[in-house]
Amino acid sequence: MGTVEIRPAPHVRGERTVEKIMLNVVWSLLPICAFYVFQYGVSALASITVVTGACLLTERWLVRTGTQAGNIGDYSATITGLLLALTLPPGFPLWMGAIAGFVAIGLGKGLFGGLGFNVFNPALVGRAFAQAAFPTAIATYTPSFLPGRFTEFIPSSLAWPLMIPADAALWLKAKHLDALAGATPLAKWKFDGVMVGANELVTSLSGHMAVGPSPLLILLCGSYLALRRYLDWRIPMSILGGAAVVAWALFAFNPTHYPNPFFMLFSGGLILGAVYMATDMATSPVTPRGMWLYGGLIGLLTVVIRYYSGLPEGVMYAILIANAATPLIERITQPTPFGKSALAARRGASYPLNPSYISREDAGAVTPKKRILKNKPKRDERRTPTH
Amino acid sequence: MKLLNYFRGEAFQRGVHPASRKEATADRRIRRLPYPPRVTVPLVQHIGKPPHAIVKVGQDVVRGQPIARADDWLSVPHHAPVTGVVEAIELRPTARGPWAQAIVIRSQAGATQEDLWGKTRDMEAATGADILQAVWDTGMVGLGGAAFPTHAKLSVPKQAKVHTLVVNGCECEPYLTCDHRVMVEEADDLVRGIRYAMRVTGAVRAIVGIEDNKPEAVEAVEAAIARANAPEGAIHAEAVPTKYPQGSEKMLLMALFGVEIPSGQLPVAMGMVVNNVGTLAALGRLLPLGQGLTERVVTVTGPGVARPGDYRVAIGTPLKFVMDYAGVEAKAGLDRRQVILGGPMMGQAIASLDVPITKGVSGVLVFRHDDMLANDRRKTYPCIKCGECVESCPMGLNPSTLGMLAAKREYDLMGSDYHLGDCFECGCCTYVCPSNIPLVQQFRVAKQILRERAVA
Repeated sequence: MGTVEIRPAPHVRGERTVEKIMLNVVWSLLPICAFYVFQYGVSALASITVVTGACLLTERWLVRTGTQAGNIGDYSATITGLLLALTLPPGFPLWMGAIAGFVAIGLGKGLFGGLGFNVFNPALVGRAFAQAAFPTAIATYTPSFLPGRFTEFIPSSLAWPLMIPADAALWLKAKHLDALAGATPLAKWKFDGVMVGANELVTSLSGHMAVGPSPLLILLCGSYLALRRYLDWRIPMSILGGAAVVAWALFAFNPTHYPNPFFMLFSGGLILGAVYMATDMATSPVTPRGMWLYGGLIGLLTVVIRYYSGLPEGVMYAILIANAATPLIERITQPTPFGKSALAARRGASYPLNPSYISREDAGAVTPKKRILKNKPKRDERRTPTH
Repeated sequence: MKLLNYFRGEAFQRGVHPASRKEATADRRIRRLPYPPRVTVPLVQHIGKPPHAIVKVGQDVVRGQPIARADDWLSVPHHAPVTGVVEAIELRPTARGPWAQAIVIRSQAGATQEDLWGKTRDMEAATGADILQAVWDTGMVGLGGAAFPTHAKLSVPKQAKVHTLVVNGCECEPYLTCDHRVMVEEADDLVRGIRYAMRVTGAVRAIVGIEDNKPEAVEAVEAAIARANAPEGAIHAEAVPTKYPQGSEKMLLMALFGVEIPSGQLPVAMGMVVNNVGTLAALGRLLPLGQGLTERVVTVTGPGVARPGDYRVAIGTPLKFVMDYAGVEAKAGLDRRQVILGGPMMGQAIASLDVPITKGVSGVLVFRHDDMLANDRRKTYPCIKCGECVESCPMGLNPSTLGMLAAKREYDLMGSDYHLGDCFECGCCTYVCPSNIPLVQQFRVAKQILRERAVA
């Protein structure tokens, strides 16, 4: 009969694997990257390639030296690289991008033990590092849809390693463009008090949208993931909801001083952060109620940082702070087990019944037992047939 | 779909949808498996105390004759599954691993195998107490898999009042179709059994919950209900959405009535008693004849079976015999396969083909070595905290955190703060885990360790 094998139940498994989840996220990011390249040309392509390459190399190296779980075949480092590149300006010097990628994987992920163990979103760790180390470069945006963007690099991209890049303003001047033309809508609002129109914010087709591609495209790609349940819809919903509520309250309080909630939602990196950064599985809570709390916290912090800090953008720090709070959030939002909710307790029986089942005394009321049992052997003797 | 359910507040929100794989056997009639040359009747086939043997080695027995007597409330008698000679009463391998006392009967060649022992009863005149005693005498246990003594389940404690009998026809495990076929072919027996159970429990209505992937079963049961015109009260057949683990009685009650049975309590606390369709159909057939439970319907299927189907198998038939008959080709040498008793989600892989079919076995699944390779080759990653297990746990636990605590051997914390005791090991968490972490396996170990600590 051959050999019998033993495995513990369950003997069937679901379709979903880590690789599949990560690969789906990568696929959903590709249209966004394509649009980004379409906006900024060859510089953006080089930036995405170099940053992602740096992330993959770092991951490979750390896995090889045995300090980290996972491998590059699980595509999580690819996601980190793509997301990091999307949050950097297109003309970000490539050498700085490579360092940011190295820091993202090395400090953000490898240090904690690799896949699943990281406390902070690695892409955002990389960006936070770049923000601290290269404050000028990371704030220098060039306008999108420049003529000749597919043939010519933005000069700052090609800065030599460890060299300060050329000033983009000079290059723009040579192209007869205002140096401020490339400022992000948030920076424009913060420093110049200029509000960008809604159409431009949502589609970013008319140029000048500095952080990544159109929020509409991100929402589209994100909803693909949410519908296939590769990301949890509660997190983006609660972030956007939280930010909108806080922004709306402030706007209602003083409409001249604060921008409208719509501007708050669609400017800067909020949509990208809400859909792709905050939903990073390892750094967000697993409990459904925790997700709402986590998202609400990010929404609130984003608006507060944007309004009251010296920085135009606040999504990154909001998410990093919420990442740090995740274990605590999980702890206080454990799901209520079936049959342990207050409702169940109230509806339950008023007398105790325990699963050691109903006692003989309880059942004795309806069952005559012993007598009949004692009779049985006699019946056996009587009726045992003889063959 | 999940989104919709969330807003609709569907009663039983979580759970999983494994591929049903019931096609191979769902449309085949129940066939009788031949009587094997030898049957092994383990004394413990149920939850509770073992009965003791009342036959001697060398004694002749006829089919249906009592061979073991229950002298504890949580115990059931056994009846000879074949006509033959008691060959031995000795330790034999069981599905769970340890060997246990069993009565081995050599079946008599050429016997008609008719159940000549039973004495017909007038069931219409019987009172609830009479029926309960009769149920005990049949040696009936829950045929859905748990094998809890049916008489204990049907007896209502003094302070409780039962209004509803729920009949569980969900059969949510993939592959299994025995309950499905029983509902289609033995709907009249089922309705008769329901009426007896209603009389025992005093329930005024009965609801047969059937998953909506079995429309013909719903039709058959409805037709039988119409034919029976039961005087005991209203009987309904109700289709419930297909979802694993709907067959768990608490989940079924949630799906049917939206009630949440409080943790640590029984459905009877809320006036409900749940029984499996197979159990009640068997009662409906056996009680009027006064016979004991000597056979049951078993689904024999899986990729390694040439002639899958639902077979009526004598209790105690060795697995090897069942597999030979169902066409598990016997190749010598390197042929490796896995044999599972029960369904693929909760069933148990067995180590010996000498293990017999017992009262609680609903299916025999045979997977070839190659069928399991895809699972075996999956890489195990660290937990990426995707939350799939939390979404799927029907008991609303947090398997993700529990798994991490189990890895750190924080068993006491798992039990005290994370409700490990509520886990009924349905396996949804392991099924969905993209990191391939053996969650439910760890929980089984943790629960066992906690049990041992509680005793010590």
